[in-house]
Amino acid sequence: MQSLTNRSKVVSKKEMTLVERMYLPAIFSGMLITLSHFFKRKPTIKYPEQKREFSGVYRGQHVLKRDEKGAERCTACGLCAVACPAEAITMTAAERKPGEENLYREEKYAAKYEINMLRCIFCGDCEEACPKEAIFLTDRQVNVYGQRKSFVYGKDILVEPKDNPIDLSKRQSAAVKEFKTHQEFGHNQTYDKNRKVKVGGHH
Amino acid sequence: MAFTTYFIYKAILVLAVFAITLLVATYSTYAERKIAAFLQDRVGPDRAGPFGILQPLADAVKMFMKEEMIPSVSNKWLFILGPSLAMLTACLTGVVIPWGKSLFIDGQEFSLQITDLNIGVLYLFSVVSMGVYGIMIGGWASNNKYSLLGGIRASSQMISYEVAMGLSIIALVMTTGTLSMKEIAAQQHGWHWNVLVQPLGCLIFIICAFAETNRAPFDLPECETELVGGYHTEYSSMKLGFFLFAEYINMFISSAVISTFYFGGYNMPFIGRWVHDPNMLAILGVVFLFVKISFFIFFFMWVRWTLPRFRYDQLMNLGWKILIPLSILNIVITGAVSMRVEILEFFTK
Repeated sequence: MQSLTNRSKVVSKKEMTLVERMYLPAIFSGMLITLSHFFKRKPTIKYPEQKREFSGVYRGQHVLKRDEKGAERCTACGLCAVACPAEAITMTAAERKPGEENLYREEKYAAKYEINMLRCIFCGDCEEACPKEAIFLTDRQVNVYGQRKSFVYGKDILVEPKDNPIDLSKRQSAAVKEFKTHQEFGHNQTYDKNRKVKVGGHH
Repeated sequence: MAFTTYFIYKAILVLAVFAITLLVATYSTYAERKIAAFLQDRVGPDRAGPFGILQPLADAVKMFMKEEMIPSVSNKWLFILGPSLAMLTACLTGVVIPWGKSLFIDGQEFSLQITDLNIGVLYLFSVVSMGVYGIMIGGWASNNKYSLLGGIRASSQMISYEVAMGLSIIALVMTTGTLSMKEIAAQQHGWHWNVLVQPLGCLIFIICAFAETNRAPFDLPECETELVGGYHTEYSSMKLGFFLFAEYINMFISSAVISTFYFGGYNMPFIGRWVHDPNMLAILGVVFLFVKISFFIFFFMWVRWTLPRFRYDQLMNLGWKILIPLSILNIVITGAVSMRVEILEFFTK
């Protein structure tokens, strides 16, 4: 029967010649192969000193963004927590008091917002689900700790510092921003352009 | 030489040889990991100190800090005796190796060999064959099937390969005409290296040296895939460290012996043309010997990370059916060559 692939090889069972039975030439050539590897460039990246270059869309530690005026964007709607397949996100909502307008953008805000980094699988569904452009994954890596409770990140770590905003220009490129203005796509209809809430999503 | 001078000089020499042996063995562990890494396109340990140079210290601290376990079913005294014997016999062999020519200070001769036994080669062999006791006793006393199998393998392997090793040395003794290590080293001045006289014997000796030190491809006594850890399965802490350390000392001594027997020892061709001061020559000789030893230690590791381990029957086949007949053939050829005049006369008459 003809074989369908050309992968099979006929094994030859010929007697080895004297030189082959001495094994020494084979050993010698094998040792030359390993020696050639001795002088090769090593592909190792020595982690804390050298870091692998991440792509712009790498999904690492989360950030809770502030708006242009420095108010927190998150409105504690809980969509990220619902979207999270690992159930890593929890939050407690609170109502904004008068005089806190510069702190929180919407009338409702997250008083507590926690992500368990041990549960998180960095899928980016929270980022996708967020209607307020509040949560993003960044190209930063989660730290290493000795205790499990240290991996539960609260707002103190997650919210970006006011004076040092996290740059998302690589993942929020001009093309992405332009794409989000297209109202004909259902998932873009909640996009908050110029602070005008679009109503009428299909789903 | 006054007795006090003699005593102090010998004490310093013994301590120096002992310290250097331990130091080389310590850094062999580091070299092994580095060389393994480099041969496998990795970088190896590089966290402790620059290039990981302090790694052996960290390993030693780790070994000492580990919990000391003695199995309750083991024979406690033998269990402790095993690694001690392995270490003791490994350290004993450095005594007869000529580390260099003699130094001359104030007209007095200070030999760089601890003791020049006139049967140095025999002494070396007897101590090396004692080395199997440490492994055997350790494997037996553990009262564990894996350890026992490792011990049995070690003893049968070492005994088998000692035969071929001894026969290859007989051919060397036939050409050098002496059993003193000092004489053997001194005869190889210039290019008179024994490897050029005894290439087959040298090859057999090196192969047997691999088997005697339990190094890959002959590391069956501790073969992880079949025997967990072989004879040192039940050992922990510094007792395990002693077994591993003894292996590296053995490797160092084997390298020294191979260099001395076949590769000129402390001699280096042409050096006499530029250096005439005997003391300077002696010190340079020590340097040359250590260069050769370093090469052979590298060679041991290079082979370990290239060749796969033998199967047990292949090991025995190689030892009994190939190496022993070859070494006997080597003896016959050596004898025939040294008696060539008489043989020619016999046939031409």
